[in-house]
Amino acid sequence: MIAMDETDISFFKDGLRLDGRKADELRPVKIEVGVLARADGSCYIEMGGNKVIAAVYGPREVHPRHLQEVTRAIVRYRYNMASFSVEERKRPGPDRRSYELSKVSREALEPVILTNFFPRSVIDVFVEVLQADAGTRTAGINAAAVALADAGIPMKSMISSCAAGKVADTIVLDPMKEEDNFGQADLPIAMTPSGEITLMQMDGGLTPDEFRQAVELAMKGARDIYELQKQALVKKYNQMAEPGKMEVHACD
Amino acid sequence: MDRKVVVPGDLLSEEAKRSGEGTYIRNGSVYSLLYGLANFRDKINVIPLAGKYVPGPGDNVIGVVKDITFSNWIVDINSPYDGLLHISEFPKRIESADMSKYLHIGSSIMARVKDVDPTMKVELTLNDRKLGLIRVGRVVDISHTRVPRLIGKGGSMISMLKKELNCSIFVGQNGRIWVHGGAKDTDLALKTITLIEKEAHTSGLTDRVVAYLKREKGARS
Repeated sequence: MIAMDETDISFFKDGLRLDGRKADELRPVKIEVGVLARADGSCYIEMGGNKVIAAVYGPREVHPRHLQEVTRAIVRYRYNMASFSVEERKRPGPDRRSYELSKVSREALEPVILTNFFPRSVIDVFVEVLQADAGTRTAGINAAAVALADAGIPMKSMISSCAAGKVADTIVLDPMKEEDNFGQADLPIAMTPSGEITLMQMDGGLTPDEFRQAVELAMKGARDIYELQKQALVKKYNQMAEPGKMEVHACD
Repeated sequence: MDRKVVVPGDLLSEEAKRSGEGTYIRNGSVYSLLYGLANFRDKINVIPLAGKYVPGPGDNVIGVVKDITFSNWIVDINSPYDGLLHISEFPKRIESADMSKYLHIGSSIMARVKDVDPTMKVELTLNDRKLGLIRVGRVVDISHTRVPRLIGKGGSMISMLKKELNCSIFVGQNGRIWVHGGAKDTDLALKTITLIEKEAHTSGLTDRVVAYLKREKGARS
């Protein structure tokens, strides 16, 4: 993975992480619902330094035609990083990494969407990473789940996503960029609030014990994020119910 | 009436028999399928705040002809699925070659959904006196989720509007509303409909609309 001398940088100071968090603490999360007027559903999320916007269109007619399924809706998920989202300019356009993330993120959300309600149609999810700081796929999935709900798409439950990692032989929640780059492992998961895991990936190495510990920690983080997703949706409704606030969240 | 904002997956009840629209049952409990307002009555229904119109048999809709084939008009009905109006569903017998003389591309029609098959082939009909080509009046788009509010309980809201505004109104379940009347009445009708759409989820709406109409009409005279 990484040369030994780089792992030597100290990840902890007085038991706290580089940004002052405890090992089992999330970065600050901000969620806003219905930020795009043209989309059927949308969501903007900030998880620490990550800034991600998700837009949902559909169910709508499938183009190209041959992709359509007679008995159910198909789900398309496009994860894309803006060229300015990282320190060194990223070459724009899809690459190996974004194809993979699009696929696993789609598969993380598909199990809860009732696709059989909308035969011969497509639900398009677009996730744009505006600023990246480790954990963009989890931020993207969180935003996409909220945007799907905002679009009025029937789902069995929400999906929440969070990562755990290992740095300096310690399991930490929601690694930030430094911990992700120079850490020993990264383990993102996505799950339903009842604990059914729909995405799990791992980079680096963990012992079976560490693995169990990391999964547990990531699940705890995801549950916390679920509460925030819910709050954001309820807040949008309350703002809508308050006349005069409509302009801020144009939703049709 | 007990109402609550819910998100997909929220537990609504532990009695499976109370499962209504917008809910599902798992392990004998009722959960929400949608982000919306849950109404707790005998049955629990969740009313979505957004979403696309999915046609059902018997729905009145307003559509726009977007293509003509050998024996069908293809009609955009503001839904993921196009409507098909067969030549035999036109009120009088016409020849295939003359189809565009009666309804051409861009024509707006008031139609009824005759049948929807499992692959979502939507068949429309014009065989009713109140259906047909729209020649006069105006059409306004609202979200189809607000249509029940515009109609009101047992049609209370819409019949009040027709009476108070002295307009003909045709409500499409797909969220398109046709209004025809005097120019000022139509203007006020469209404003009122937009107001209803905006405040659809508030209670005591009919009373407020009545007050609004009274005010607007008072300002006019």
